[in-house]
Amino acid sequence: MKSFGRTNLLLLLAVVALAVAPLVLGLGSGEEPFAGADALAEEAIVNDHPDYEPWFSSIYEPPSGEIESALFALQAALGAGFLGYYFGVARTRQRLRGEQSATGEKTTD
Amino acid sequence: MHIAEGYLPPVQAAAWFAVSTPFVIHGARNLVQQVRANPDAKLLLGAAGAFTFVLSALKIPSVTGSCSHPTGVGLGAILFRAPVMSVLGTIVLLFQALLLAHGGLSTLGANVFSMAIVGPWVAFGVYALIRRFGGGLGISVFFAAALADLATYCVTSAQLALAFPDPDSGFVGALAKFGSIFAVTQIPLAISEGLLTVLVVRLLVRVSPQELRRLGILRRPAPTTQGAVA
Repeated sequence: MKSFGRTNLLLLLAVVALAVAPLVLGLGSGEEPFAGADALAEEAIVNDHPDYEPWFSSIYEPPSGEIESALFALQAALGAGFLGYYFGVARTRQRLRGEQSATGEKTTD
Repeated sequence: MHIAEGYLPPVQAAAWFAVSTPFVIHGARNLVQQVRANPDAKLLLGAAGAFTFVLSALKIPSVTGSCSHPTGVGLGAILFRAPVMSVLGTIVLLFQALLLAHGGLSTLGANVFSMAIVGPWVAFGVYALIRRFGGGLGISVFFAAALADLATYCVTSAQLALAFPDPDSGFVGALAKFGSIFAVTQIPLAISEGLLTVLVVRLLVRVSPQELRRLGILRRPAPTTQGAVA
């Protein structure tokens, strides 16, 4: 990607801005600001239905928050790694096609 | 959108499994067919799966002061149609249930239904609809991905409201409550997911125009280096 493109850059910046804005504006509240929505739902259930007993528990639980975040990072890294690989392969293919078409007209960026 | 392990009454958990299973089986068949028909698609399929892997691992803060994550199913649904995503989404959910204690095996049926079935179908439907009415690639991809994300969380809210109706206000009250936890939180994230999916599609237009033409995403015969996205 020699020129990433202005539109693409703007898209990326908008995503970053959307994610960072709540933090900068200090919208977090309560005991644990920015807790997970999944956990909040669980809390709501426990509060309204104190007699409900979860009848099944996770087979494996990460022993600590650190291990959990490591596994989340691993998940993201696996995905990002493959995406990077895909774009590398696809871009090289494109370039080779452009050179093969031998019309002197390149379809690369 | 992860309903925690054990947090659905057994009968309802089983019912969601019964609803989801045919979709996943159909999706698996469809996946095999598509790969057989076009072995070259394997790589892009992997990329669509990888996109879901990345996005569902990112916990992003939202305006409600809590965190949630996007789903990433829109991209694959647009490229390969919804059934394929029922399989890829299930793989992601299984990974999270088994290794991260996120979601769970007992609630897998319900979570698959929201993230891997409803989400992708909404994405594909919205995309096809906007394209049919002459909408550009960028606009249709944005709304497809954003609405799929939002729909996923609305389904989760409804699933929880069904299982845990409010003692005073019943299902409707519970829906409002879970909706405010999930759906409202999800609005900025859905916008983010829409924008990110547009970004990835724009990059794909650049590096894999042939592939996208074969999938019917691009209709123009001449490859352009600039995606025709408004």
